[in-house]
Amino acid sequence: MPGSPSEPHEPSEPYEPSEPYESAAPYEPSEPYDLAVIGAGPAGLAGAVTACELGLSVAVLDAAPQTGGQYFRHPAPGLGAARPQALHHDWSEFTALRGRFEASGVTHLPHHHVWTVRPPDGDGIWTVHALTGPDAHGGTPARVRARTILLATGAYERQLPFPGWTLPGVIGAGGAQAMLKSGLVLPGRRIVVAGSGPLLLAVASSLAAAGARVPAVVEASGYLGYARRPYALAAGPHKLLEAAVHGSALLRHRTPLRTRSAVTEAHGTDRVEAVTVSRLDRAWRPVPGTGRRIACDALAVGHGLVPQTELATGLGCATRRTPDGTHALALDALQESSVPGLWAAGETGGTGGWDLARTEGELAGIAVAARLRGLPALTRSRRARALARRRDRLRAFADVMAAAHAPGPGWTAWLPDDTDVCRCEEVTAGSIRGAAGALGARDARTVKLLTRAGMGWCQGRMCGAAVACLAAEGGRGGGRGDGAGGGAEGGTAQGTVPPSAERRPLAVPVPLGALADLPEESGRPGPPTDGPTADG
Amino acid sequence: MPLSNSPGVSDARDLIVVGAGVVGAACAYYAARSGLTVTVLDRGPVAGGTTGAGEGNLLVSDKEPGPELELALLSSRLWQELAEELPAGIEYEAKGGLVVASDAAGTAALRKFAAAQAEAGVTAEEVPADRLHDLEPHLAPGLGGGFHYPQDAQVQPALAAAHLLRASGARVRTGEEVTAVLTGAHGEVRGVRTTAGDLHAPHVVNAAGTWGGDVARLAGAHLPVLPRRGFVLVTEPLPRVVRHKVYAADYVADVASGSAALQTSAVVEGTPAGPVLIGASRERVGFDRTLSVEVLRRLAAQATELFPVLAKVRAIRTYAGFRPYLPDHLPAIGPDPRVPGLLHACGHEGAGIGLAPATGALIAAALTGRQPPVPLAPFRPDRFGPDRFGSDRFGSA
Repeated sequence: MPGSPSEPHEPSEPYEPSEPYESAAPYEPSEPYDLAVIGAGPAGLAGAVTACELGLSVAVLDAAPQTGGQYFRHPAPGLGAARPQALHHDWSEFTALRGRFEASGVTHLPHHHVWTVRPPDGDGIWTVHALTGPDAHGGTPARVRARTILLATGAYERQLPFPGWTLPGVIGAGGAQAMLKSGLVLPGRRIVVAGSGPLLLAVASSLAAAGARVPAVVEASGYLGYARRPYALAAGPHKLLEAAVHGSALLRHRTPLRTRSAVTEAHGTDRVEAVTVSRLDRAWRPVPGTGRRIACDALAVGHGLVPQTELATGLGCATRRTPDGTHALALDALQESSVPGLWAAGETGGTGGWDLARTEGELAGIAVAARLRGLPALTRSRRARALARRRDRLRAFADVMAAAHAPGPGWTAWLPDDTDVCRCEEVTAGSIRGAAGALGARDARTVKLLTRAGMGWCQGRMCGAAVACLAAEGGRGGGRGDGAGGGAEGGTAQGTVPPSAERRPLAVPVPLGALADLPEESGRPGPPTDGPTADG
Repeated sequence: MPLSNSPGVSDARDLIVVGAGVVGAACAYYAARSGLTVTVLDRGPVAGGTTGAGEGNLLVSDKEPGPELELALLSSRLWQELAEELPAGIEYEAKGGLVVASDAAGTAALRKFAAAQAEAGVTAEEVPADRLHDLEPHLAPGLGGGFHYPQDAQVQPALAAAHLLRASGARVRTGEEVTAVLTGAHGEVRGVRTTAGDLHAPHVVNAAGTWGGDVARLAGAHLPVLPRRGFVLVTEPLPRVVRHKVYAADYVADVASGSAALQTSAVVEGTPAGPVLIGASRERVGFDRTLSVEVLRRLAAQATELFPVLAKVRAIRTYAGFRPYLPDHLPAIGPDPRVPGLLHACGHEGAGIGLAPATGALIAAALTGRQPPVPLAPFRPDRFGPDRFGSDRFGSA
């Protein structure tokens, strides 16, 4: 946006939004489907195919033009990629799932950006509100109605800021992989991969295999955490195999893996030119004097994945805290959330990889069919029991990995006051520390109210983790803002539970014209028409 | 701001304020300026209730002559003083309000309304239809006319509350819930019991906003505060396409016509940070935070009617808040004659940010035995006696 907030704008200055909103064609509400699946990644596809094969009518909505989600992102046909499998060692399993999906009769609704899901209103029918189009910006509104919902919305990457993280050439680790998978483009020629989590090895070996030089993979944790839970490790052989494959690829490309280290600064003027890598102590505090500069022209960085749950939290679904400090949906043994009629599968219920995602999707598909067709025996079938066992095993393994890569409390020591934490609203670490200190904020929501951190375009997806950590540090300074009352989940009486940081009632931005064009809902309680309009 | 963690029994000296929203903060500020030692308690964070969900409007334009307008005019002056005393971070902006009518009849009704307000001390300037776009270049064409209210202003409410609290020097204890009001042999207030222990003081101010009825009940007093939900839509950051606080005045025409069928109108305003805020809806649905698509539809439709350019603008978030509603739309301010030592400062419905300083000044005057700057009688907390508004009619939601 031009100008600083305090700068007045001339009255004559015309305002023209860049992405015009065109009024939509009249609404055509579809017949209610038995199941609406949100997300066409492995979990959504598996759930949709399974439910459809068990006799349900199913629609799958996804923002992307193609199925596959983030993990099986692949070039558009027009790019003429001859061998998409080169970047996906599970490619054949995906194409088999995709083949079943395409043959199944499931309605695929690509380019659907879901902005909210509303619960049944007496008639037992859910409503999924979406904007359609290549991107959500100029989208026209669409509504999909269904008797049940399966959320398979995946995850987004967690970022822990450091000086220089806003330089061009610094991108998300998952983002680097997505660029490669969908566009066959490398973010640079000499790319440092940093952060924490098993994704880093996969990203590094993909980048190296595509021809980039990877001078270092920098992992903040050790891998010792894995060894403390040998049982769960033994239960996840596929994961170990995957790690071994990536490991050998890295060896082949002579990429050193530095554990217990972090990129504590990125250097450059117009673009990243080098990074400083420092050793970390057990709490992830950088050890003074250990910084070492590594030249690079790109940095791919990420600290694990955050489940994308806002469509569910907007409906009041319960969440659980994961071992690496994110919030995932709390699900029952058959993948149903705390809100009846809404199931979830894949990373929405906690990150765990594509194999877990498709297993959960299939189990959820069976559970939905069992409910709608009145056949509870389906959920006790050998197939369902085998899926549940497999899910439990993979989930246990994912939890061990999450615990091993959980950010240590000391990471904020590498974050000086003048570093922007919220990039959208340009809020520095110092302002957030000020709000958490002198102004008494003890949780991410209050910090947001007092500093605007998290109020911008990304709605806190980028800075949420960092803001929560800085707010909690302020609390340790002397207030009482612990989880009992001041925290995002605090509050004891009805109506006092503040919305958690993960609440985003609009999952994507919606043009006001699109909202205004929605059909009137006469059956719903609208605002009464008394009283003056203005508020303090 | 001094913060305390100490459990057990402690002495708050003069005054305990329950509620760290803007009204509690203003009570603490004016009481401290009168020489009292103040402790502020809140079970949540600073500005965690309705204050954090408000738009921060400081309005005189929407109030008809009467006790609330007197309070608003006093507050308007006090906010101007506070804007000098507090850091610029509170984002005080004397932007002025613009009330527009869709046709000649609406303009006539507005003129009558403004004339009555002018007698009560409100500055209201008529803006003919062909001059509306000088004030708001992006307003829809074809409106009937409007009135400009230069006294209308805005603050960022959470920051205003936080800075008032800090400037008050009060001890602020957040995350600490009041579970009982302690009383002496003659029923007089002696302090409160909280989740962290007992705290003694001869005076307790109930500034718990929408939850003020619960705090009153702990003291054995009846105060029928109910939640009235409102949604705010927030757009992407924009250059200043909306300069004033703008709302349609059709409801004024409806008031003038005596019709019961009033209309809700969108309230549209720009902010220093860039986003345009769109309110305001009113529903009595308890403490239900779930999104109402129908409310968003109406707000968006009404806002784009006023400002067609907004149709292309994206809403990036929305949130709900719960206004503290009392049956006669007036707040409860002042000593509760039923419980010596208990004072109330809650029930401001949608006007709490605007009315906070005047409320704080009235409470400070009552505590120090000074003449209140405006008469307290209309805000008497015991005016909803059980004989008039029994708990069977206005029970807790």
